[in-house]
Amino acid sequence: MQDHIQLDQKQINDDLLAGVLGMPKWWLPAVLFLTLVVFAGLGSFGYMMNKGLGVTGLNRPVMWGFFIVNFVFWIGISHAGIMISAILRLTQAEWRRPVTRAAEVMTVFSLMAALHTPLFHVGRPWREMWVFPYDFARGVWPNVRSPFVWDPSAVGTYLIASSLFVFIALIPDLAVIRDRAVNPLVKKIYGTMCLGWRGTPRQWKLQAVAGILLSALVLPVFVSVHSIVSWDFAVLIGVEGWHSTIFAPYFIIGAIHSGVSAVAMLMALSVWLWGLDKYLRPDHFDAIGRLLIVVATTWFFFFFLEWVFALYTLEGVEISLRELQVFQWPYGMLFLIFLATAFFIPVPMWMFKSVRRSAFWMFFTTLLVNVGMWLERFLIIIPGLVRRQPFTFDWGTYHPSIIEILIVAETFAFVALGMLLFSKFFPLIPIFDIKEGMVVRDEIKIGRRIVPATIRE
Amino acid sequence: MAESWGMVIDLDKCTGCQACVVACQSENNIPINDEGLFNQRRAIEWIRIERYWEGEFPDVKARFIPILCQHCADAPCEPVCPVFATYHNNEGLNVQVYNRCIGTRFCANGCPYHVRFFNFWEPEWPDSLKNQLNPDVTVRSRGIMEKCTFCVQRIRRTGRKAAQAGIDKSDAELERGLNPACVNACPTQTLEFGDMIDVLTAVKEGTRLPDEPKSKAGAKVKKELEEDGGRGYRLREQLGTNPSVVYLRKVDEHRKEVITHG
Repeated sequence: MQDHIQLDQKQINDDLLAGVLGMPKWWLPAVLFLTLVVFAGLGSFGYMMNKGLGVTGLNRPVMWGFFIVNFVFWIGISHAGIMISAILRLTQAEWRRPVTRAAEVMTVFSLMAALHTPLFHVGRPWREMWVFPYDFARGVWPNVRSPFVWDPSAVGTYLIASSLFVFIALIPDLAVIRDRAVNPLVKKIYGTMCLGWRGTPRQWKLQAVAGILLSALVLPVFVSVHSIVSWDFAVLIGVEGWHSTIFAPYFIIGAIHSGVSAVAMLMALSVWLWGLDKYLRPDHFDAIGRLLIVVATTWFFFFFLEWVFALYTLEGVEISLRELQVFQWPYGMLFLIFLATAFFIPVPMWMFKSVRRSAFWMFFTTLLVNVGMWLERFLIIIPGLVRRQPFTFDWGTYHPSIIEILIVAETFAFVALGMLLFSKFFPLIPIFDIKEGMVVRDEIKIGRRIVPATIRE
Repeated sequence: MAESWGMVIDLDKCTGCQACVVACQSENNIPINDEGLFNQRRAIEWIRIERYWEGEFPDVKARFIPILCQHCADAPCEPVCPVFATYHNNEGLNVQVYNRCIGTRFCANGCPYHVRFFNFWEPEWPDSLKNQLNPDVTVRSRGIMEKCTFCVQRIRRTGRKAAQAGIDKSDAELERGLNPACVNACPTQTLEFGDMIDVLTAVKEGTRLPDEPKSKAGAKVKKELEEDGGRGYRLREQLGTNPSVVYLRKVDEHRKEVITHG
C-alpha cells in the first residue's frame, strides 16, 4: 500500500467527527423516509397478524417464502463484520482500518434485521419466545434437535459478540467526542459511555487486548452461524433440493461473498455521502476487490460442487428439481440473472485494476453481487419447495404478496436507518485506528536512512 | 407394553368414493374447503384421495390412493419442531399439540407425504353447521399446523369405556368406537385400523413377524408381507421414515409388472 496521505491529528478529528458534530443536509430527509418505510412494513405486519398468514403468497407446497429468503440474506450480510474486523485484524491487513467500524455496525443491524424476520414468518408471533430455553410455567424445554432452536442461540451469540466488538472499538472515540462536545449534557452522556477513558497506557493495552481476544473468540461463530442456517434446510429429507451435506460450507462462503460485497458498497457510500475520500483511498477499494475475487471464486467452486453432487446421483427427483430451477419460467430467467450478477459480471470486472480502484465501479459490481446473492437464496428455497411431490396434486408456484414485499423492504430500511442513526451519534470510521495507522506508517530519518518510526510487536 | 396404532389400506378395494374424506372433515372439525381455498392451494384435508393414471393409452386405468398422516416411527417432522408441538407418543401416534405450535411450518416442509396442513385463515363455518362441530375435537385457530391424529379422541373415549367395562380396548365389541372415522365410513372396507405394535416393530427391526399378531389389521399385514407375492408395502420406504400405514397393492391380472409406490 503505497498511496496514502499523512494527516495531522486535528484534521483527522475534524474530518471524522463532521457527521457527528454537524449534520449533512440530506440526513434528516433520508431518516424520515426510511422511518416511513419501516412503519409501512410494521403496519403490514400488524395487518398480517390480524388476518392470518393468508394475506401472504404462501401456500401448501411453498410454506416458506420471502421471509426466510430474507432471513438467510441478512445473516449472510452480517458475516462481513467478522471477516473484516476479526480475520483481517488477526492477519494484520492494514487496509482494514477505515472499514472495520462500518462493517461491524452493519453486522449488528443486519443481525437485528435477521432476528426479527422470524417474527414475521411464524404463524403465532406472540409465542415466538417459546424457542428460547427460558423456564416458564409451561415446563416444556425447547426441542434441542431442531435447527430453529440452534438459530436463535447462534445468531444471539453473534449479536452479543459483535455488539461488544463495536463498543470496545468505540471507547477511545467516545472520549474524543466527550472532549470536543460543547453542550454539557452531551458531554455527560458521552462521558458516561466512554467509561472514564483517559488514554493511559494501561487503558490502551486493555483495549487492544480485548479487541484481539474478541477477534479470536468470535472466529468459531464465523463458522457456526451460517452452518446452522444452512441446516434449517439440509436436515429435511422430504425436500430433495435442500437435503445436501455441502450446504454448510457453501452457505458460509456465500455469506462472506455477499458480506464483503456489502462492505465495499458501504465504503463507496461513505466516500460519496460523507466525503471521506482522504481515508478511503483507491488502494482500499483495490484491496477489497482482490479479496472479493478470491471469495467469489471459492464461492463459485462450492456452487459448482453442489450441482455436481446433485447431478452425479442421477436421481429422477433431483434432476427434475434442477430442471425446474434452470429451465422453467420464471426460475430460469432468475437463474440467469443470478449467475450473471453473482459471478460472471463482477469477477471479470474486478480483474481490471481501473475497476478495482474506482469507487463507482466497485459500488456497481458489489451491488450486482448482492442482488445475485439474494436471488441465490430465493432459487435454493423456492424451487426446492415448488418441486412436484409424489402423491399430491398440490403443485403450484409462489407469488409474493404486497404485504411480504413491504415487510422485506422494511428490513432493508431498518438496516439503513440503523446505520444512519449510528453515524449521527458515533464516527463511522474509527478515529483512534486511523491515527494508529498513521503512526505505524510514520517514518523518521536516522542518519542517511529512512526507517519506520515504530516497530510492531 | 403400550400400543402402536397402525392402518392397512387395501388399494384393491378402494373405489375413490371419498366417503373417508367427508367422514374425516365432519369428525375432526375441519373447515369447509371451498373453491377459493383450493385455488389458493390452502385446503385442509387430513385424508385425501389422490387419483393417478396407470398405463399408456388406450390401455389406461384410473387408480386411487387414500393418503393420510403415515404416523412414521422415524418421522422427519418431529425433530425439526422447536417447541415440541409435534412428537411421538408411546402409542405410536405422531401427535400434534395445538397449544404449543407457534407455526414455523418447518414440519410441513419436512413431511415427504404432504399431509401437514397450516391454518392460513381463521376457520369459519356457516351458521347451519355450527351445531355440527364435534365437542371432543379442538377447533384450531389460525397460525398453527394440524394433521391426521388417527382420531385420537375416539381412541381415548374407547379406552375409558373399556376401563369401565373391564375389557381390553382392542376388544371386537369396541371396534367401531376405536376405529377412526374414515375406517368406519369406508363402504368397501379398504381401511383397517388396529394395534400393530408387534408387526411394525418386527418390520422396523427386520426380525421375524409375530406368529399371532395382536389385531386383525396386524394379521392382514403379516399375511401380505410374508406370503410369496404378498401385496404389502409402505409409501416412500427408501426415505427410512418407517410409516405405520401399510398399503396393499392393487391386484391386476392383466399386468405382469409389479407396481409399488416406492
